Amino acid sequence: MIRFLWRRLVWFAITLFVVMSVSFFLMRAVKGGPFDTERALEPAIEANIKARYHLDWPMWKQFAQYVGPLNLDRHRAEFLGGDGRDTFGGVLAGDFGPSFRYRDFTVNDIIAQSLPISALLGLVSMMWALALGISTGIASALRRGSGLDLALRLAATGGIALPNFVIASFLIVLFVFLVPLFPVAGWGSIRHMLLPGFCLGLVYAAYISRLTRTGMLEILSQDHIRTAHAKGLAPRTVVMRHALKGGLLPVVSYLGPATAGILTGSLVIERIFFIPGTGSHFINSATNRDYTLAMGVTILYTVLVYAMNTIVDLSYTLLDPRIDLEQS
Amino acid sequence: MAAEQGSSSWTASSDPKEAARLLAESRQFKGESLWNDAWRRLRRNRPAFLSMLFLACFTLLSFLTPLLPLPSPVETNLDQAQAAPSLAQFGEHMFLAVGERWVEDEDIERAYWSLSWLDKRMVRGRIALFGRFQTGHWLGTDLLGRDILSRIVWGSRTSILVALAAAACSLVIGVLYGAFSGLMGGRIDNLMMRIVDILYSIPFIFVVIFLITLIGDRRAWFEERLGLDRENIFYLVIGAIYWLTMARVVRGQVLSLKISEFIEAARVMGASTLRILLAHIVPNVFSIVIVYLTLTIPAVMLFEAFLSYLGLGIEPPKVSWGLLASDGIAAINPIRIFWWLVVFPAIAMGSTLLALNILGDGLRDALDPKLRGQD
Repeated sequence: MIRFLWRRLVWFAITLFVVMSVSFFLMRAVKGGPFDTERALEPAIEANIKARYHLDWPMWKQFAQYVGPLNLDRHRAEFLGGDGRDTFGGVLAGDFGPSFRYRDFTVNDIIAQSLPISALLGLVSMMWALALGISTGIASALRRGSGLDLALRLAATGGIALPNFVIASFLIVLFVFLVPLFPVAGWGSIRHMLLPGFCLGLVYAAYISRLTRTGMLEILSQDHIRTAHAKGLAPRTVVMRHALKGGLLPVVSYLGPATAGILTGSLVIERIFFIPGTGSHFINSATNRDYTLAMGVTILYTVLVYAMNTIVDLSYTLLDPRIDLEQS
Repeated sequence: MAAEQGSSSWTASSDPKEAARLLAESRQFKGESLWNDAWRRLRRNRPAFLSMLFLACFTLLSFLTPLLPLPSPVETNLDQAQAAPSLAQFGEHMFLAVGERWVEDEDIERAYWSLSWLDKRMVRGRIALFGRFQTGHWLGTDLLGRDILSRIVWGSRTSILVALAAAACSLVIGVLYGAFSGLMGGRIDNLMMRIVDILYSIPFIFVVIFLITLIGDRRAWFEERLGLDRENIFYLVIGAIYWLTMARVVRGQVLSLKISEFIEAARVMGASTLRILLAHIVPNVFSIVIVYLTLTIPAVMLFEAFLSYLGLGIEPPKVSWGLLASDGIAAINPIRIFWWLVVFPAIAMGSTLLALNILGDGLRDALDPKLRGQD
């Protein structure tokens, strides 16, 4: 276990370093900085701005400064965060530097504001996905070959095939305008979360439904289930207590990719429903050429996805002791 | 019986005449090849077969799009903006309204955008076939009066191009990388797979969006020096990502093939690694490659739509389904619902992706019975 975690950590460091250096050098390789405007700035002002963001340094020094944790600035220049605290330290110290566009904010401020929103949205959609996916999966496994099974499987294929923004647009027309159940957009109350969460989670619900069905079918044909039936347990107990535990294993291993997918899928959903989450900020930063913000979000999501996958792998061994982490 | 056969073939190999006779005899028997078998199974799978037919028609149609008598997908006509779908107006004679004079290339470019040489020929072919006839707005028009049907059909070409580009990249890079890694084994294999693992754990959508923005800043340089416009770069970037799964799958297959006897025989006969790779391994992993290809293509189409929707993929005036969906969603408002802007692009995209998914599942069942029932 310790060895597994240790190895994961080493690979994590390598991955992070690759992402960081590739995006950093690509960013700096681009001619013309983010401060180029239509109007040529006065040289003194331009030099000042460049000096503020260390753009006048040699490349390696900029990179070292960005990665941290040493402050290479002789003047110990510090950027003030939104709360007035001085923030400096480079990525290793959890500091992504100042935003290029939102002049008064650091990237950390923006992430701190928006990440809870995205996380909540992700949580809601994950709950939708699990609730819908597992229940339909069990239902179609228990009624294998029936019309219900067929309908659910078809729905699952449809859910996988349709892009979430298409589903979202249908649902908006349906549940916002024709039958006004939900608010159009925005964020704040639980009613704001249900529709976007559903749209975001639907694809994963479809996958989870498929996985649950396959897993349940496999378990239900095994000897210990027959024994459970034979000793007179109620069908509900057999399913809930004996079959479900084994049948959900494939679902658990899918949770890692699902989380990653929900995180990235929220880019679009946040945009459709005008939710001020990290995804919206990322898209804006990409179109506004706010490089530090874009890089910060990219690195943050790399960390999140990696951590999620590791946790899922760990929980997998807890559920199925036969799996050896050292092998993976 | 078996021993007898064995001994006869043994003597045959020493006698050239007998060997020739046996060879001729063996040619009379036709083995059931994997492909025949798979084809039979695929045909029996009704939904998958129908999906295949649908996709074949769809591909043909989108290739021949310039030949069809559709209005230009980019021509705006504010008089007929937001027209609801109707068949009442079947068609009219107004395509490339330049009077009676001969249609120049510039006219075509004005009506569309800078089309390729082949497409221009097809537009001319269309004029020869249909004259100046064009269909009415059967599926309605968008906010600028552009014909939805035409935009959907033209948009399908983008999806197909993206799919083909990604498929080609994932074929070439993924298969070679995976096969090489599996074949070398040991430390090299370990290293190569670790690289794939690293790439896997990067949230690519962020990196791609980041890349596309960066490239966008330098597009003049790219266009002048390398002749790459944003669209081509976009195809390349997509292709460069979608080989990862393929490489993994192929490597696994190669690892099990590697220890099989016929590879050993080839090695004993002195075949080089490259030859073993190209002549023996690659054909044998082909079935699994095709299965993953059909599952990759819808993912790529979705990704294209996703990026175009965010305004980072295909750019106007070119059309893509992602852009159509984006337009449709932008037009949603509480006062009046232009349902045709949302519904028709969604149906086009949904049916294509659904067909691809069903075909992918069907092919997997047909080509690899071991995988059947697994999702």
